[in-house]
This record gives sequence, C-alpha cells and structure tokens, in this order.
Amino acid sequence: MRQRLPTRALAGVAMLGVLVMACSATPGAASPSGSAAASASGSASQPAAGGTVNIAVNPWVGYEANAAVVGYLLENELGYEVEKKALAEQVSWEGFPTGEVDVILENWGHEDLKEEFIESQGVAVEAGETGNTGIIGWYVPPWLAAEHPEVLDWENLNDLAESFRTSESGDKGQFLIGDPSFVTNDAAIINALELNYEVVPAGSEAALIEAFRAAEEQKEWLIGYFYEPQWFLAQVPLERVTLPPYEEGCDADPESIPCDYPDYTLDKIVSKTFADEGGSAFELVKSFQWTNEDQNVVADYITNEFAGDPDAAGKAAEKWVTDPANEATWRAWLPGA
Amino acid sequence: MTAQALPSLRRRPTARVPTGAAWLALATVTIGLYIAFRGEWTLPHERSAPLFGVFNDARDALAETRRSVPWFGAILDGIRGFGTWLAESAIDGLIGVGWPVVIAVTGALALVFGGWPLAVLAAGALALVGALGLWEPAMQTLGLTLAAVALSLLFGIPLGILAGKSERVQAALAPVLDALQIMPQFAYLIPFVILFQIGPGPAALVTMLYAMPATIRITALGIRGVPSATLEAARSLGTTPGQALRKVELPLAGQTIGIAVNQTIMLAVSMVVITALINGPGLGVTILRAVQVTNVGAALEAGLAIVLIAIVLDRLTEQATVRLDPRSQASYSSKADRPRRGPAPIAIVGLLAVVGVVLVMAVIGGRWDEFPEEASGLTFREPVNDIVGWVRINLFFLTDTLKEVFTAVVLNPLEGVLTQAPFWLVIGAGGAVALLVSGVRAALIVVACLLGIVGLQLWEHAMETLATVAVATAITMTLGVGFGIGAALNARFSRGLRPVLDAAQTLPAFVYLLPAIALFSASRFTAIVAAVIFAVPPVVRLVEAGIRSVPAPTVEAARSAGASTGQLLRKVQLPIARPAILVATNQGIVMVLGMVVLGGLVGAGALGYDVVAGFSQRNDFGMGVAAGIAIVLLGIALDRTTHGAGRRRQVAEAGLSRP
Repeated sequence: MRQRLPTRALAGVAMLGVLVMACSATPGAASPSGSAAASASGSASQPAAGGTVNIAVNPWVGYEANAAVVGYLLENELGYEVEKKALAEQVSWEGFPTGEVDVILENWGHEDLKEEFIESQGVAVEAGETGNTGIIGWYVPPWLAAEHPEVLDWENLNDLAESFRTSESGDKGQFLIGDPSFVTNDAAIINALELNYEVVPAGSEAALIEAFRAAEEQKEWLIGYFYEPQWFLAQVPLERVTLPPYEEGCDADPESIPCDYPDYTLDKIVSKTFADEGGSAFELVKSFQWTNEDQNVVADYITNEFAGDPDAAGKAAEKWVTDPANEATWRAWLPGA
Repeated sequence: MTAQALPSLRRRPTARVPTGAAWLALATVTIGLYIAFRGEWTLPHERSAPLFGVFNDARDALAETRRSVPWFGAILDGIRGFGTWLAESAIDGLIGVGWPVVIAVTGALALVFGGWPLAVLAAGALALVGALGLWEPAMQTLGLTLAAVALSLLFGIPLGILAGKSERVQAALAPVLDALQIMPQFAYLIPFVILFQIGPGPAALVTMLYAMPATIRITALGIRGVPSATLEAARSLGTTPGQALRKVELPLAGQTIGIAVNQTIMLAVSMVVITALINGPGLGVTILRAVQVTNVGAALEAGLAIVLIAIVLDRLTEQATVRLDPRSQASYSSKADRPRRGPAPIAIVGLLAVVGVVLVMAVIGGRWDEFPEEASGLTFREPVNDIVGWVRINLFFLTDTLKEVFTAVVLNPLEGVLTQAPFWLVIGAGGAVALLVSGVRAALIVVACLLGIVGLQLWEHAMETLATVAVATAITMTLGVGFGIGAALNARFSRGLRPVLDAAQTLPAFVYLLPAIALFSASRFTAIVAAVIFAVPPVVRLVEAGIRSVPAPTVEAARSAGASTGQLLRKVQLPIARPAILVATNQGIVMVLGMVVLGGLVGAGALGYDVVAGFSQRNDFGMGVAAGIAIVLLGIALDRTTHGAGRRRQVAEAGLSRP
C-alpha cells in the first residue's frame, strides 16, 4: 500500500496546482464577459474602453458584412471589444434575455419574434432600419431564362416539373432552398398554387450558391429560393420567376400562401439592456445604415477576395472602411457626427 | 461515442432461433398484403399537424409561466447561472493560467500516470493545437468539457452507486437512460433553449445530460461487479454499509469507475462541439462556420485539434485508471516487478518546473493567455481545399453518377415501399421481425414504439428516415464485418487499422459531414456516406473482438480436423461470433441513426430536417420536438429488434478490459 502513495500524492498535487492557478488567474486582462472576447477579429493593441458588444452573426454572408463593418468600427473607432456569435436567426433572439446577444444587425421581418421578445418579454427593442431592402423570391439560372423564357412564369411550372426532377425530389420537380434555419414560404406557396414540386434543402447558403453556380456552368435545370442583397447576383445574375404578387395578408395561413414574398425592410434589433446602457456603441448600431450595393461589396470581399482567410470578415471591413470613397458613409454613423 | 456500446443492465431474454419457414411465411404475407393495399392507409406528412400546435402552445405556456411565477423563473435562472459560472470559470482559468502552464501540467500528469512516452504525446499534442492557431477555442472546448464532466460525475457517480445497489433504482433508471442514449445529440438542444436559453452555461448543462448516462451505467456495473464473497467477508467483520462502500466496494469498482470517467469525457467532447449551435464557445464554432461556408480545410484543422484533445484526455484517464487501481498494484508482489511507467523523481522535477514557470510568469507578467503568434502558423487548409476542389471538378461525373444511381436504384425504391405501404402493415411486419429475432417482449415494444410514431403524426418522415438508416446500416455492416474479419485474421492489418479507428472514433460526428458534403453536396446520400464513416469503426472493433474471442482450443480442433481458413471462418468462427456481430449491428444502427439526424444539416431531410428546423425555426418548434421523440422511438424499436440490450451487456462486460 505504501508504495502507491507517491504517485497518488503527486497526482493530487498536480491537480491542486491546476485548481489554484485556475482560480488565481485572469483578473488582469479580463473583459466583462471573460477572455473569450479576444477571439473576435483583430486589434489586440486597443484596450477595451467601453466593454464588450455581443453581435449575433446569422449564417448568410450579407449579414456577416454588416457585422464585419460595425464590429470593425466598434473596435477601432470606439475602442470596444466585439464578440461575434455564430447563431441561427431565430436562436439569436433567445440570447436577448440573458445578455448573450446584444445586437442583431440584419433582421428579416419576424413579427412573431418581435411580439414575443419586444412586446411580451420586453427584453429587446428595435434600433432602426439598416437601409437594405430584402428581396426573397424564386430564381432560375440565367441560361435557363434565356433559352426557356416560359420558365419565368409560375403558371408554366407544372408543365416543366419533369425537367426539374432530381434523385432527391422523386417524381416531382425539385425546388432548392438553402439553410434549414432560413424562414421560407416555399412549401406553402407550392401547396397553395398546387405545383408539382418538392422542397429540397441544400443545407447552407454556400451550398445553395454552389448549386446555382454549377447549374449555370453546366446548363442544368434548377429552380430555387434566393435573395438580395447578395454578392453572387453580380457574378451570376439569376432571373426571378413571377409569382402571383404579394398582397397584404395573403400570407396569413402558414400552410397555404398563394402569393410571392413581400419585400422586407431590414432592421436592427438590440437587447433592452444594450439600448439603455450601450452608450456610444448603441449610438453607432442605431445610426448604422447603408445600401444594398455597400453590403454586396463587403460580402464579395469576404467571400471571394479574402476567401479562406481566417479573418476574412475583419480584412474585408478594413478594406471597405479605409477606402476613402466610403468614409463619408461610415463617419455619419459615429456618435456626435 | 464508444460508450454507446456500453452496458444496458437489462436481463437478457432468451434468444430464439427463427425457423426458415417462419421467415418465409412472414415474407409471403407481407408482400401479399403490400401488393393488395399499396398506396392505401398511408399517412402523408402534414407540416402543421395538430399535435405540433400542442407542443408550440406548451412552449408558450412555459415562457408565460416563467414570467408570471417568480420562483419558477428563479430556479431556472439559478441553474443556468451556476452552469454559466462553472463553464466560464473553467474556460477563463485554462486560458488565464497561460499555455505554458496548461502544457506543463498536462505533461506532468502524463508523466506521473503514463511515463515519458505519454508525457511527450500529451505535451506535443497540445503544442500542436497551439501551432494550428487554435489555442483559444481549444481551451474553450476543453474548459466546457471539464465543467460538464465534473457535473456528470458529481451527479452520475452517486446515481450509479444507487443503481448498482438497488434493483428498484436500476429498473426505474433503465428506460430513462435508454432514451437518453438513443436520443441524437441534436435533439437535446431543443428543450434546452426553451429552459435555459443559449450560452456556455446551457452548453455545459446539455453536455452533462448527454454524458451522464454513461457515468451512471458504468458505475453501476462496477458496483455490481464487486464479488459478493468479498462483501460478505467485510460485513462479517462488522463493517457498516457506509464503510463497506468506502473501503471495499468503491476501491474494487475503481477501475470500472475509471472507465466511466473516461467514457464520460469522450462523450462530453463530442457533445460540446454540437453546442456551438446554442452559443457554446470553442472549436465547434470554428467547425460550424466552416460547414456554413463549405471550407473543408478549416473544419479539418479544427477537427484535428479536437481529436488531439480527445486523445490526450483518453490516454490520460486510461492510464490513471490503471495506475490508481488497487488490484493492478496488488498483482505485482514487489515494486521491482511493476512495469516502470514514470520514475517518480522525474515527475517531481516536472512539477517543480511547472511551479517555477508559474512563479516566473507571476514576476515578469506578460501575455501567456495567447499562444505565441510566431509559433502558430501551421496550416494545411489550403492544400486540403485544393484537393477537395480538384476532386469536385474532375471527379464530379463519378461522384454524381454514384450518388444518382445509388439514390435511384436503392434508396428511392426502399423509401417508396415504406411510405406507400399501409402503416399497419409496416408495424405488423416490424413486430413480427422483432418476434422472430428477439422474442415476445421485444415485439411488443417495437409495436408500441411504431404506434407512438403514428401518434406523433410523423409516420411518413419516420419511414423516410428508416429507409436511409436501413441502407446506411447495410453498407456499414458490409464494410464493418469485412474489415473486422480481416483484422481478426491478420495481425498486421489489425495493427495498421487501430490508429485509424482510434482517430475515427474520437472525431466528432460533425466533422464527418464535411468530406461527404464536399464530394456529394447536400443530399440523403451525403448523410448516408457520413453515417457510414461514423459507424464503421465500432463495428469493426466489435466484430474483430468477437472472432478473436473464439476459444483457441476450438479453433485448434477445427484445424486438426482439416478445416481450411475459409471453412474455419464460415463454420466455426462466424457462428460462434454471432452474438458479437448482432451487437455490432445494433451499435451500428444506433450510431447511423444519430448521424442521419445530423444529416438534416446537410439536406438529408425527413426526421433529421424536422429536428433541425424545429430547433432553428420558432413555428416548427412543435414539429421538432415531436420529431425528436419519434427518433427516440424509432431508435428503441430498431434497438430492440436487433436485440441490443441483452447482448450488449455481454460484450460490454467482455470489452471493459480495453484492448
């Protein structure tokens, strides 16, 4: 028995050591929500002057462009730490009550969530429009629109369903959507218009873009969900299919929607706490406004120019902010401007 | 992951050998009824079935209660706050003490438990993580894992002791643990977001819940494994039950409990990665982002970092278990006989060095919380992405044809049969198969589970998922049995395979999606490929172990009777290894099911998509919950059909002394 002691004692000492060090560590450089903050893009040289801003980043690159530029300015112009949190759009709202999320920078509608978190719970408030108009629709690759223009009218879609068939859609035509977390009406539209199509998720925005790109290059039939603002449309100008136009209330029944998507005025949502105590960071978020073109430029930088760079968002934001042509735009967002 | 192979302590029903005639009759009747009633009595999917609305309302009522009943909200907030505090302390601690300390302490522990080779492995692995530029997310993952494991052990070991000592506790816990172990990782997240929102706290709590069944089951197994004679002897000497527990049972169950710790850690590591979806920090975030932009190289780097951490934790706890077990010490009569792992003086020197480093740090200050930038330029994402890009462009015709043909010839017809058959026929046939394979009890459970799925109004999607699972399992078993036989017959092949299997089993399920999606883009086939990669390793292991367990005298006898290697395999080894192969099938199915659900993230559809949508879309919450339950029911049905529970125990017990 005695022989065992040294090993055990040593193990004990080592574990104790870890504990002691763990407890005595950090205070120096700690930011309000811990050292995780350093993971956000960039500038270790600038100390946190105003604390940490938690920005939810939803999984599409247009949103990422907003977060990149706002985050860059918060860090470099106002001296905040920025923590970006990759979250699905509706999950992000769950971060408001606890302060996990301070800011949602590109909100697409979501009246039900506004009802729940702004009206009922009172944990979030609106922080103005982003200046971007969101358009969602049904799109086809340009070659298809050129060679078979009849595809652009929804009334012909049933006749063409055969051509859109894939192994995933069985005996129906395939209608491709993106990330499963995106809010879409497509199944309800297909249902209401009695179209012989099956909704198939591509899995992510990147996979959806990849599918459209491949369809254009290889002249394949493809119809799917797409949206602007979106840098990809500058590379491959997808054509929008005409659906029965949107009218107020035509999307009331979530099971059956016989009309196109409405245009969305994209806006920003912040937590109540952040609105009350966010100081100049809140001012910046509230004033942030730019055009679809601005966003497409930054999104294009992120996806293409800095592709594969671990800090693509930070570099893209830096490039856009340091371009003199954009200075007037972003200076106007700074507090006191 | 390997823990899913571990024990279910149910008593094993006696196996019945089905006669050929019974199978023939079943097949004839089923086919006849299918032809007669095809397309009738089907249950097509409705996205807003009434039941889903009920779940949605329950969610809203819960949120309302939380607001209106202060103590209810306070309890939830308290639990959340505690989890958050624990997780953040662990993470901040690991990052705060600085990388030299983490590496040195880990190295010293490795030295104490496993000697120099392990010390070099542990320190090297952590340094490599830093060199990949992933130190901070890696420490977040490690901190979150340790916090969750601490909680799992804190609650799991006492529960395990109770279950080990009381039949009643055991019986009460068994179905709960079954459900928790079959529930796919993803499905855990949905209720957690409702109760505890998002962040590191809920992430630690959900990981605890996922890992704890293994803690409880293995601890119980250890307590039950204490020889009753020893216990009687202790009792007759007048020890109180408390003393007996402390002085006899726990020490003797020590090694098994060590395995419980080891398995808990491995399960926690795999779950922590998934918690990125609810804002759990760490490498999971890196992987999630990479999946979203299909950056295979970046995901692979983060995946490698997770594997390195998992290997260090695995080896460390494994060696510590061996080292601290009284029996392994007692079996060497003198110190000189013991295998020399780590000379103690060197360990002391190591620890002193650590203390020295800490002191120096304290004195000179400086930033140790970030891994030095000069040393962290190691990357292989570009070559990986280049390869993937090349394959995607140049082998597209091959991968695409494979996917299309396979889907059209195998997957779609099977899915068609299952969804077009009357639901009562599928349930009847499923029950009959379970009856033939596993007996009356299993058949009743299977029928009940399938009826439950009908009740959840998810029949069509469940059948689509079943088709995918069946196909993936068939491929997994073909490959797994093939490799398993190869490994059992050829020692060199087995040795070569082992590190590959090790790595494959520690890699989080998430990571498997990437190569699959890169090659086959989003489809059910992609999910099948990922599931096969995920599930093959344990099947290989179980089959190999099964064949190797055939007693040597039996093999010799067959040889001397003139059997060739092929005959030996067919007539002797495979029949005797049959229970092990059945367990492997069972294990394969459970793992495939879990992966197919994760496949919902890459367009695999059906129940997996319902769960993913339910998690990320508010209106589909009810559907997601129902789909989560449906998956558990489907899993239990498949598990019972393949007669998992009873046989799993056998092999788990045999396998507890890890190779």
